[in-house]
Amino acid sequence: MTENSIKNELTPQNYWKENLKILIILLSIWFLVSYGFGILLVEQLNKIPLFGFPLGFWFAQQGSIYVFLILILAYIRLMANLDKKYNVSH
Amino acid sequence: MDNLQLMIYLVAGGSFVLYIGISIWARAGATKDFYVGGGDIKPYIAGAATAAGWMSAASFISMAGMISFLGYDGSVYLMGWTGGFVLLAMLLAPYLRKFGKYTVPDFVGDRYYSDAARVVAAICTIFISFTYVAGQMRGAGIVFSRFLQVDVVTGVIIGVVIVFFYTVMGGMKGIIYTQVAQYCVLITAYLVPAIFLSIMTTGHFLPQTGMGATLLPAFADGQTDVYILDRLNGLLTELGFTAYTDGTKSTIDVFFITMALMCGTAGLPHVIVFFFTVPSMHGARVTAAWALFFIALLYTTAPAIAVFARTTLVQQIHGQEYKEMPQWFTTWEHTGLIKVQNMTEDEHGRITLSLHDNATENKVELDRDIVVLANPEIAQLPNWVIALVAAGGLAAALSTSASLLLVISSSFAHDVLSKVAMKGRLSDKAELLIVRITAGVSVCIAGLFGIYPPAFVAQVVAFAFGLAASSFFPVIIMGIFSTRMNKEGAIAGMISGMTFTFTYIIYTVFINTDPGIWWFGISPEGIGVLGMLINFTVAFVVSRLTSPPPAHIQELVQDIRMPSITEK
Repeated sequence: MTENSIKNELTPQNYWKENLKILIILLSIWFLVSYGFGILLVEQLNKIPLFGFPLGFWFAQQGSIYVFLILILAYIRLMANLDKKYNVSH
Repeated sequence: MDNLQLMIYLVAGGSFVLYIGISIWARAGATKDFYVGGGDIKPYIAGAATAAGWMSAASFISMAGMISFLGYDGSVYLMGWTGGFVLLAMLLAPYLRKFGKYTVPDFVGDRYYSDAARVVAAICTIFISFTYVAGQMRGAGIVFSRFLQVDVVTGVIIGVVIVFFYTVMGGMKGIIYTQVAQYCVLITAYLVPAIFLSIMTTGHFLPQTGMGATLLPAFADGQTDVYILDRLNGLLTELGFTAYTDGTKSTIDVFFITMALMCGTAGLPHVIVFFFTVPSMHGARVTAAWALFFIALLYTTAPAIAVFARTTLVQQIHGQEYKEMPQWFTTWEHTGLIKVQNMTEDEHGRITLSLHDNATENKVELDRDIVVLANPEIAQLPNWVIALVAAGGLAAALSTSASLLLVISSSFAHDVLSKVAMKGRLSDKAELLIVRITAGVSVCIAGLFGIYPPAFVAQVVAFAFGLAASSFFPVIIMGIFSTRMNKEGAIAGMISGMTFTFTYIIYTVFINTDPGIWWFGISPEGIGVLGMLINFTVAFVVSRLTSPPPAHIQELVQDIRMPSITEK
């Protein structure tokens, strides 16, 4: 068996690896909007106005929450596809 | 009795009848019904119930006020208490659902093949939940006394009776449907005044956009292009405070507190338990999305209320004549939520109120709870809105209490008694009876905490999150993401993480309260993160020095990572 076909096999190990990849991408965004934009970079971003909001303040009190919700929705979607691909959805 | 009082009695009484009716309809017949509502609840139902259980009396009554007086620093609560649901959805809930038991200690006990670990987890659950529940009963009592003019003791007793009724009768099955109703009551009660306020000050229907909009000319000396946040920043700097959109806390502290609240949220047993009630891993993910959606409705509105309220309060109070203040000022002055310090008349016999930070005369002190409780009156909203706020505050307190009491009683009856102390000797029926008795006893203890609140109630909330972040969160994560993590590592990690967090909080909150001694400037609220890192490190080192877990445990871990084909 070639290395490529082992990689593409629908094993529980590969399911888990794909899950971890999705997690790493989504949680990086989670970290970026809340800890990045809302906390660490807040002063720099506050110089940019978004309507009446300083941008950093908006991320800390509004934007991060919206992004959190979108991230969970994306996770549901991506995992539903993964479940389907590995034929484990009910 | 005046019109308003009658309206409050009608609305609050009506909501109680609704809750009790629902709990009679959804009675628990077996332990599975009692612990997880039968295990086949629809995700949006479970999501609404999670949201109601999660949003406490403090979220409803105090959070907007806290943010209002903290400004940017209040963001820690907004991000911290919502971001945890991302962690739940991705790192914990689906796998715990696949594991398919009733409680968090159940998972810890089975995954780490150890009754000791199960009992430690059960004790942590009970401790965390009791510290939390005391505040809820107190919250219910306060709402009763402020709105229904009964004393706090009577208020707490009424609360205890209602919670007793539906928790003991229905268990999770009763709780879940009652909490959906409570969610509807509390969110309506929260949104209606906020929308009124938003329209009144900015003309925006949505408070979320209103807080970034321009003020109506009436509030901005006739100008049309003044953003409300700019106005508020200006008012606060004039009064000697930091601008609203700037913080005063250090960046590292904001970072750590937010992280502790997020990980704590994800590790709180009374939140996790709702994910056991849905039928599949997919269902658990969808539940997390619904839960966050329902919570976000309140959490994105709270900062808007905070801005409207602070602006209105400053404009209506600062520099005004005491004797000409509107009715609401006097009403809330009687309850002690508004105080005028060192009242002095000037040479013309006038008392000019001040909100300046350094004012020495006629300085008005506002309790943060006034922001939500008195808003409807300040904005001159109709009586039914005020009645709705009272019912909403009660719904928030009752729903959170019920979730916590369920977790306490199932940890005790299921994990300590049935699984360890009387292993294999309890029938399903006997266990159901015991869990009901435990729930009943816990409600009464919670009521006593409400009537005789321990002096440290407010301060111990930091405990609940810190301990959950430094104990459950790492232990569950490692149990799922590492097949190599063993009993020795998990127990050592849990004990060291918790001991560290506990000691730090006790020392900084009760023994030496000088912020100068905080490690790296981290306040007790944020220290759970350091405890969590200690937990992870100790667990990793100890597990590598001891033998790996038995083969069947490693298989269990593989199994919970992925839905099975047969899973329904």
